[in-house]
Amino acid sequence: MNATQAIAKFRTCKTTGLRVFRNAEFFTKVNAVLAVVFLLVGAIAAIGLALTRWTAVHLLGSVYYYRMLTLHGVNMLVFWIIFMEMGILYFACTTLLNSRLFSKMLGWISLALMGIGALMTNYIILAGQADVLLTSYVPLKAHPMFYLGIILFAVGALIVCFNFFATLYIAKRDETYEGSMPLVTFGAMAAAIIAVLALAHGAAALIPTFMWSMGWIGPVDPGLYRLLWWGLGHMSQQINVCAMVSVWYFMGTMTTGAKPLNETVCRGAFLLYILFINLASAHHLLVDPGVGPGWKIWNTSYAMYLAVLASMIHGYTVPASLEVAQRRKGFTKGIFGWFSKLPWKDPGFSAVMLSIIIFGFMGGITGVTLGTEQINIIAHNTLRIPGHFHATVVGGTSLAFMGLAYYLVPLIFQKEFYLKGLARIQPYVFGGGIVVMSLGMSFAGSYGVPRRHWDVDFSGSILSAGFDPIAHVMLGLVGIGGIIAFLGLLLFIGLTVATVFFGRSNEGRPMESWQDEHSTRMKDELIEKGYEEEGKDYEHIKTPGTLTVVIIFLLTFAVYYFANWKALADLWFVR
Amino acid sequence: MEEERKPPLGQRILDNMWLLLALGLAVPTISYTLWGIIELISMGDATLP
Amino acid sequence: MSIFSPVGNWFKAPTGTERLWVGLALTWCLIMSVTMPYWHFKGKQNSTGESYKVEASAFLDRANQFIESNKVGEEKGVPIVEPSPGGDAYLVGEMWRWYPILKLKKGQTYRLHISSPDLQHGFSLLPMNMNFHILPGYDHVLTITPTSTGDFEIICNEFCGIGHHMMTGKIIVE
Ligand code: HEM
Ligand SMILES: [Cu+2]
Ligand SMILES: [Cu+2]
Repeated sequence: MNATQAIAKFRTCKTTGLRVFRNAEFFTKVNAVLAVVFLLVGAIAAIGLALTRWTAVHLLGSVYYYRMLTLHGVNMLVFWIIFMEMGILYFACTTLLNSRLFSKMLGWISLALMGIGALMTNYIILAGQADVLLTSYVPLKAHPMFYLGIILFAVGALIVCFNFFATLYIAKRDETYEGSMPLVTFGAMAAAIIAVLALAHGAAALIPTFMWSMGWIGPVDPGLYRLLWWGLGHMSQQINVCAMVSVWYFMGTMTTGAKPLNETVCRGAFLLYILFINLASAHHLLVDPGVGPGWKIWNTSYAMYLAVLASMIHGYTVPASLEVAQRRKGFTKGIFGWFSKLPWKDPGFSAVMLSIIIFGFMGGITGVTLGTEQINIIAHNTLRIPGHFHATVVGGTSLAFMGLAYYLVPLIFQKEFYLKGLARIQPYVFGGGIVVMSLGMSFAGSYGVPRRHWDVDFSGSILSAGFDPIAHVMLGLVGIGGIIAFLGLLLFIGLTVATVFFGRSNEGRPMESWQDEHSTRMKDELIEKGYEEEGKDYEHIKTPGTLTVVIIFLLTFAVYYFANWKALADLWFVR
Repeated sequence: MEEERKPPLGQRILDNMWLLLALGLAVPTISYTLWGIIELISMGDATLP
Repeated sequence: MSIFSPVGNWFKAPTGTERLWVGLALTWCLIMSVTMPYWHFKGKQNSTGESYKVEASAFLDRANQFIESNKVGEEKGVPIVEPSPGGDAYLVGEMWRWYPILKLKKGQTYRLHISSPDLQHGFSLLPMNMNFHILPGYDHVLTITPTSTGDFEIICNEFCGIGHHMMTGKIIVE
């Protein structure tokens, strides 16, 4: 490092040639580290849950089961994911736009709020004063510190979004980049827009609830609370979708040199997310009283499924861009020759590819189907729901973020991984475990096995109830898949923490490639050409492999969708 | 020169983050939240025959 | 590249395979869009959310009156109540039981009022797996027609405190 660079506000990345701005880099690092810390807390709770739902083991007592469920939901769905997303926002608005961060001060304030909020909430849950689960449905009441912690965290995250938009503004004003912002930044912007709305709903739901828990105001209407809370709860899943898709595009470029086929299509799909995806919060209220069928049908369909269209578009454009990149490298044999030559041993790549497959084939198909107004009658609050979202937010988003980490650590922390062999298998272990667990949950749920339930033998109840033995076998799969996923998760946490704190520094050098020399050279060539050929497209390169896969996807989707209508039609009549 | 002209409308919309922010906040707030609140407050009282 | 800024005019319609897929996906989305409204009018299973504001005490009074005038038996201390076919029936979900036990007739349609005096609960009818959400202060009315006979279990599938797993009930259909 030379003297001028030492006092400069940025360093130039030796791998990508991009400028990494010191302030933003610092906040990316801190947010990523905090994300992993809370991931560990969530993981410890997770193994307790998986081993409790496995009826043959039934590990935890009822009090601890619900406490760990609260702890798991809050740490995973709120702290791990959102801290990681804040790290991504800092990166996407500075390095990719060649701009400094708008305000370091705001960065500190938001960090303090988020950190204190997360600590408060965790403390009060562990102290046993907030066994109300993630959703804290009123009139269930927690200690006020529970709500206050989440409110502080949300306000902090909102300030990060403000910092992000302000940075986009100054970058454009100061013309730090030419043309339009890069696709990854555009996707991050979609995530930030959704975040603003989600956090506003969170404030609207939780601030009155906090005041009620303090005894300052009367009770909060439970229907209204659900409406507003799911504005937070589901919209934050849409932040995850946007962030995940941006990571798909980012990692596609970094690991194979892929380039989006058509910017208009990709950005148009993000636009559909911005406009319509948030209506889908309604799918949590499909069997609720108080809201009518018109509201339910229109909103749960994301305005005629236009946001589903967007996901189906990304589900095509990402693999198609990989296929084109591979074919440009000369892997043109047959329909799938390019596919087998993908860098499967690069954990950054394999995590992202598994994320695409799990999110699409499992998470997406089940999500749209279960979120259909009438089909929700056979899904609401059963284990089918966690079966669905462990395929979206865990097998999809979390796995994609893990893939990102395999590049983030060498590029931003400038540390090289130890035990690369273990890192190469980690995405497969974690992804495989989640697939098994998610299938177990989904099948158990189709027998009516409830989620958030300590004892499906209903011991102690006056009127007996119970489930088919097959449902218990499926719960066994939840346990086994859960153990595998847990090991995969520990592997990830262990490797990244060890590397960040004790890894070999690569300062002043490009990162060591996860791929062999030949494929590294080929992808680097494509990335370089990308600069020159920007704006050109590769319409002459066909994508028969991707087309085959997406058609199989569509057929699977249709079969699953109509099979559920068939199952619904066998029920009692109800209006 | 051809390229120097303003980009097409669609591209300008996609490049306009303030417009996207405004639409992204307005559409769901109206369709989900406000409509939902109207549904809740327009619910009648139970008669319990 | 997804990490670089595109310059100039990049706005253009998709072509080739991409265009084909966008078209196919859009068609599928439209098919799904018409299925829900179609089922709303033609299908037999819908969640219309019919509901009314109700005070907990008023609902409990009405339910107890219903139990007294229609009681036909008892099981383990829980009253068994037979509503008149085509009439109103009341079900209370509270920490931690569903009561009374309802005795219904196959093929008859009932207006089943469900509410809770305390927390949110999840009405889950097994082994059919039909689920509805129950809120305190809301009289949730299901217009329901049993199409099969036998004993059916009701469980709770929304967390309602430490006894949540003991919250069960029953519907008998003849
Ligand atoms: C090792 C990995 C994981 C395992 C074994 C696991 C397992 C489980 C289990 C068994 C449940 C309880 C289901 C029930 O009884 O209702 C659960 C709930 C849940 N999990 Fe995970 N999980 C894992 C990772 C994650 C991650 C990474 C996230 C989020 C990013 C996540 C989000 C959730 C949420 C939101 C719930 C629902 C909590 C609630 O009902 O309030 N999980 N998980
Ligand atoms: Cu209950
Ligand atoms: Cu319950």
